[in-house]
Amino acid sequence: MPIIKVENLVKKFGNVTAVNDVSFNVEEGTIFGFLGPNGAGKTTTINILCALLSPTSGKASIDGHDCAKESALVRKSIGIVFQDTTLDKDLTAEENLIFHAYLYNVEKSERQKRVDDALKFVDLFGRKDDLVKKFSGGMKRKLEVARGLIHRPKVLFLDEPTLGLDPQSRTNLWEFITELPKKHNVTIFMTTHYMEEAEVCNDIAIIDNGKIIAGGSPAELKKIIGGDVIYLKTKDNLKAVDEVKKALNVDASVKDGEIFISTIKGDACIPDIIRTLGDSVLSVRLQRPTLNDVFLKLTGKAIREDESSGADTIKEEVRAYRRRHQS
Amino acid sequence: MEFNAIYVIVAREFKKFVREKSRLISAIARPLVWLFLVGAGMSRLVAPVGGVSYMQFIFPGILGMTILFSSMFSSISIIWDKEFGFMKEILVAPVSRTSIVMGKALSGTIISTIQAVIVLALFPFLGLKLGILNIIGVILICTTVSFSISAFGIVLATFYESYESFSVIMNFIIMPMFFLSGAMYPVKLLPEILKFIAKLNPLTYGVDALKHAISPLATGPMGPDFNVFIDIGVIIAMSVVFVLMGGKAFERKG
Ligand SMILES: Nc1ncnc2c1ncn2[C@@H]1O[C@H](COP(=O)(O)OP(=O)(O)O)[C@@H](O)[C@H]1O
Ligand SMILES: [Mg+2]
Repeated sequence: MPIIKVENLVKKFGNVTAVNDVSFNVEEGTIFGFLGPNGAGKTTTINILCALLSPTSGKASIDGHDCAKESALVRKSIGIVFQDTTLDKDLTAEENLIFHAYLYNVEKSERQKRVDDALKFVDLFGRKDDLVKKFSGGMKRKLEVARGLIHRPKVLFLDEPTLGLDPQSRTNLWEFITELPKKHNVTIFMTTHYMEEAEVCNDIAIIDNGKIIAGGSPAELKKIIGGDVIYLKTKDNLKAVDEVKKALNVDASVKDGEIFISTIKGDACIPDIIRTLGDSVLSVRLQRPTLNDVFLKLTGKAIREDESSGADTIKEEVRAYRRRHQS
Repeated sequence: MEFNAIYVIVAREFKKFVREKSRLISAIARPLVWLFLVGAGMSRLVAPVGGVSYMQFIFPGILGMTILFSSMFSSISIIWDKEFGFMKEILVAPVSRTSIVMGKALSGTIISTIQAVIVLALFPFLGLKLGILNIIGVILICTTVSFSISAFGIVLATFYESYESFSVIMNFIIMPMFFLSGAMYPVKLLPEILKFIAKLNPLTYGVDALKHAISPLATGPMGPDFNVFIDIGVIIAMSVVFVLMGGKAFERKG
């Protein structure tokens, strides 16, 4: 039985169609990855599932509760880590969690224990009395995940959980997220625009421009690519593509200034390519298929990895400064 | 209504209020400046009327100002909460919108009333004699007025998304509300058009009720402008209307 069901979901903002006829199911106890570039409609879909937005048309339900009509029941059964942090930076880590426990009506006898457990779970028990503004990005994220679990939700949403984190905290956070379904009996719904991060998912839906363009497990999706990929740079890419296709009978095309060749046995193919093209080859690289390639193949473009977090932090600080000096 | 949620919203606000010493200091400094610089200065120009000096006349207005600023600031913190994301944590929780509005309104009420009581403690320095019943009356009125102004601020805050709107609210809503409330100048002496606006101002009735409680015997220009029952009725009616409006405004989804 799927715990999340989405059928023909549409959301329009004026004349922008952010979510365009999206359908998918998420099985209980799995990690589901919602992949797509910035502006694809991931956050909008999450907002509808969390009953923060009403859909223009279509249906979404969580654990059998309609997201548009039974918002109170839906809200009880979910936890969420939003794309932008929603911690109160002027409260301590513990106070943020206590706030959450009261808000979700966690029983009095349970409250402190669950907060303590959550803090220990993310290794922040020793810092529980520190104001959240002193925390690093990775610590804040973990604290938010811990907070989202305090009321024992059935589904935990993670919207771009690793955005703006350094590579080490990212790996660290992923290891942690992968353990959640077993340790906490929770289904994970996560979005990301870092394709390689979605390898840990049991199931994936790829969304672009509001439409789902592919779905399946990472292994299934990679089959779309058909095998290994050889990336090739030559002095004249267009001419080289034709020559390679003719001589080796493989599928080749030019994307983003590189020739992109899908083939079953990449390592054996490289010598043939070089023999065919001779001197005009500038560089060759072999890659086992990744989800990035899947996206590239499906849409003809790479997923942009523009980080806006740096600018956001500055903006936030300016705001905080002005706020302090206004009142 | 979810009492745990209301409680924790109030507790958070209160904790932050106690931590931000600068906010408390500026909240207390503002009425002091008005009372002892503006009030004392004007007292030399304006002779006492009907046994009420100008300083005594503006005292209810200064209490009203204390409440106005702290209730509005407290409610406008909703805009910061939206801007800094914390509002989402509250909105996504299984809590009714009315509870959220009640929580925010009660936060403003408690914080404002505390500040008003601190300012009220100055009354002996102004030559005012208040009995215990008057004092209790003043505090009760302060509490009700704080609630209605906080609720008004919440309704206002739902229209704004970012802190940039703060100076607009400050200059075009809070300051006019203060000046056109009878705080510094009797409503009955205002030109017709301003008198009309003053009568639409929620704060006017609060200041007037405070005048009744602080100088019950004063008559003439320095005395109250309306019947005390009208004042109280209007304050309570407005509280109810603003809370309902706030709840509705929070209900809106995109
Ligand atoms: N409140 C809104 N009003 C108008 N347009 C919006 C709103 N929220 C999102 N959009 C638009 O919908 C599209 C999808 O946005 P979003 O769901 O945030 O994408 P993602 O999370 O995948 O980056 C974008 O084009 C965005 O500009
Ligand atoms: Mg997003």
